[in-house]
Amino acid sequence: MSHISPVIWQFLVKWMTNFALFPPEASKIAPQMDALYFFIALVSLIGLTIVVLLVVSFSILYSKKRHPVAEQIEGSTLLEATWTIIPLGLFLVMFVWGALIYFRVFTPPANAMNIYVVGKQWMWKAEHPGGQHEINSLHVPTGRAVQLTLISQDVFHSFSIPAFRVKREAIPGRYTTVWFEATTPGTYHLFCTQYCGTNHSHMIGDIVVLTPEDYRKWLAESTSGASLAQNGERLFASLSCAACHNARPDARGPSLANVYGAKLPLSAGGTVIADDAYLREAILNPSQHVTQGYAPIMPTYQGQISEEGVIALVEYIKNLDSDYRIQQTMNTNDLLPGSEGKTAPAGQPAAPKGMVKQ
Amino acid sequence: MSTDTILSLPDQSTARVPKLNFITKENGILSWLLTGDHKRIAILYLISLSFFFFIGGALAGLIRLELLTPQTDLMATDTYNKVFTMHGVIMIFFFLVPSVPATLGNFLIPLMIGAKDLALPKINLLSWYLYMAGGILAIYTMATGGVDTGWTFTTPLSTHYVNTNVLTTGLAAFIAGFSSIFTGLNFIVTIHKMRAPGMTWFRLPLFVWAHYAASVLMVLATPVVAIAIVLVALERTIGIGVFDPTKGGDPLLFQHLFWFYSHPAVYIMILPGMGVISEVISTFSRKRVFGYTAVAFSSVAIAVFGFFVWAHHMFIMGISNYAVLVFSLLTMLVAVPSAIKIFNWTFTLYKGSITFETPMLYAFGFMGLFTIGGMTGIFLGTSGTDIHLTETYFIVAHFHFVMVGGMLMAFLAGIHFWWPKMTGRMYPEKISQLAALITFIGFNFTFFPQFILGTLGMPRRYASYPPEFQILNVFSTAGATILGVGYLLPVLYLVWSLKYGAVAGNNPWQATGLEWQIQSPPLTENFTETPIMDHEAYDYEWLESQKAKEVASAG
Repeated sequence: MSHISPVIWQFLVKWMTNFALFPPEASKIAPQMDALYFFIALVSLIGLTIVVLLVVSFSILYSKKRHPVAEQIEGSTLLEATWTIIPLGLFLVMFVWGALIYFRVFTPPANAMNIYVVGKQWMWKAEHPGGQHEINSLHVPTGRAVQLTLISQDVFHSFSIPAFRVKREAIPGRYTTVWFEATTPGTYHLFCTQYCGTNHSHMIGDIVVLTPEDYRKWLAESTSGASLAQNGERLFASLSCAACHNARPDARGPSLANVYGAKLPLSAGGTVIADDAYLREAILNPSQHVTQGYAPIMPTYQGQISEEGVIALVEYIKNLDSDYRIQQTMNTNDLLPGSEGKTAPAGQPAAPKGMVKQ
Repeated sequence: MSTDTILSLPDQSTARVPKLNFITKENGILSWLLTGDHKRIAILYLISLSFFFFIGGALAGLIRLELLTPQTDLMATDTYNKVFTMHGVIMIFFFLVPSVPATLGNFLIPLMIGAKDLALPKINLLSWYLYMAGGILAIYTMATGGVDTGWTFTTPLSTHYVNTNVLTTGLAAFIAGFSSIFTGLNFIVTIHKMRAPGMTWFRLPLFVWAHYAASVLMVLATPVVAIAIVLVALERTIGIGVFDPTKGGDPLLFQHLFWFYSHPAVYIMILPGMGVISEVISTFSRKRVFGYTAVAFSSVAIAVFGFFVWAHHMFIMGISNYAVLVFSLLTMLVAVPSAIKIFNWTFTLYKGSITFETPMLYAFGFMGLFTIGGMTGIFLGTSGTDIHLTETYFIVAHFHFVMVGGMLMAFLAGIHFWWPKMTGRMYPEKISQLAALITFIGFNFTFFPQFILGTLGMPRRYASYPPEFQILNVFSTAGATILGVGYLLPVLYLVWSLKYGAVAGNNPWQATGLEWQIQSPPLTENFTETPIMDHEAYDYEWLESQKAKEVASAG
């Protein structure tokens, strides 16, 4: 058999006996989306069959041999109305059904666990709230809603998990979200599906779905020693944010305690809900987002903090629940590498309990 | 033999191609390069379009070869990226957009409406020169390092992150855009102003209606992509920051601008093809197109709705969920007129007297493949399923079914159908029927597996892929080789027919259009006297009565 080309040989032996025709369903939304997929497929098949049957039977019945003289027919309003209204009705059913699924995929439940994902040429970096970092892989537990907050550091990327039937673009300068609940443990493909330059096809990875016990084990083994919020706290201290945002009566910047999710009045007029996107913007582009009662003196941090750094800061601010916590942060400089063993509260726990609300 | 074809050729022993026609009127290369004759310009387009099509096709062949194996073994990833980018740029801007309008539309619209030429012959020639300038610039770009942004020029990749020839490729598309605007403008003016006496709007062949709708799209949508390209160029050279988020720009704005053109562009490509199908199906079933008015207005409806669906390319890009609702709904609405057309063509066959010459076979191919292409568009217009299927090979398969299965089939149907009118000679029937069949089989082999690949999640624009996708890619590449044969054959036998084809006579298909009532190839001035349209389009009884009159007067 050596004279058969290796490609054909591989084709015959390996792939003819073992190849995929449909992706695994590994999330709660997958079977719902597949139901719609097969509904549209069925309608398409019926539509195609009707057209093909009509064309073939008319071709046989009214071929020139059998039917030498054509009968001129102007049209038929009734028939035309039929094939306008029936497809329209079917398309509208698909539209509504599809919209229901779309809204489900892009409306995360309130209790979802949030994981930040940063896309960059050409890798995916995941930041877990517990401080676990991953590159080109993502570990998630079954049975729990997981929300991904995505951003790109350079060009458009797209985070695609075919087995979950979810996909979301990672856009430069803007957070996007998507959520899923994994159902079946296993390892699945992660693809970047938005063309992003030279190594686009290498921007792939693994989605590892673990049972809740295995997931806990993985979390404990993969910790980097500090939670994401703690990383943010260090950054907050090292960038001297607390010089102004220190919650003192004479502070030059507004207090950041409980600011997340609050409605803020802006000096330019109007109000804004302080969500992830707003906090990010306020750090990178502060002059556009001055809170009422404060002078526009904050410098921009554009280009000085990586997207991961911004994420850590946002996560820290998210978890600030009292002015006391900010004042504590003012001493966090002591926690920075190189300044260990000073007045820091000894033995920071690896898990963020007590320090940061979960 | 006489019962299964409508072909009626003059007696070959005495028949000659008329000595004086638009081809023989003047000689020399300059008489072609400086011509104002719409028919000669159409021939110039046909030759240059075929050239670009085969370059684009060769690039497609390289893509399929690379994808034969999961690894990147034929070329490096950035070479692959350049190859698929140039394949897209050439096929879209230099083949699909101008294909039917610039060749068949140019040749036939004046003939069909009974005019001597297009309204603006010099503008018509200018648009060919612009097209050639753009095309040569694109080829030059490819030869001097290429470009790897994808034909979509997505920012900020195209503005900040690649160091290939983005500007020259953008300029090529920009110039080609003006060619398209001028062609559209010319058609609109001609159809409004130059119809023969009695040629009312509802006596126009549906081919003309389809071109009218496509021309409106060309004129209104193309400037937007021109603006988008200029903004990309300014952003890339002097960093104006319209699309750059670090300067307060919005990267999604580019997507909006780009798709505001590029979605209507899909209808610019397909509508003229639909016009061809209407003519072919009517002629080979000897019947007026079923529901003429519905088919005419469905072209207009497609053109109007076509403007308001662009954001369905952006469902997962973080536009508002409610915007997604609106655009998904409008996408469903634009699908309806296409469905209407398919059913109207089908019922044109009903009680007809059908023959199966090559153009009809291509038209049947169009109907089947366009139905699949259209229905899979519904999978993508449905917002829920779009999440899973977009940006995968499902998209690739979908638009190739519409563009190649639809448009290219229609183009080939039209070229075969009007070949006798354009050249005065017939193409060889048997081998061309075989070519139509090969194309259909090869096409399905190439692109149907890609629907399955897309459903499995294989992303588009990947130079390498996980090994479990290989078998379907092998099928696809095998199909592409069959398809390649199907496209090469017509070139060979059509060129052969220029010298050896049977003399066609005025009206080999016994078709009703005004273009068939004059000599083939036509005179430079088309009509010796201005025709008067005194009957409806597709009036085969009128044609019979004309023939009876001729026989009576000759006898």
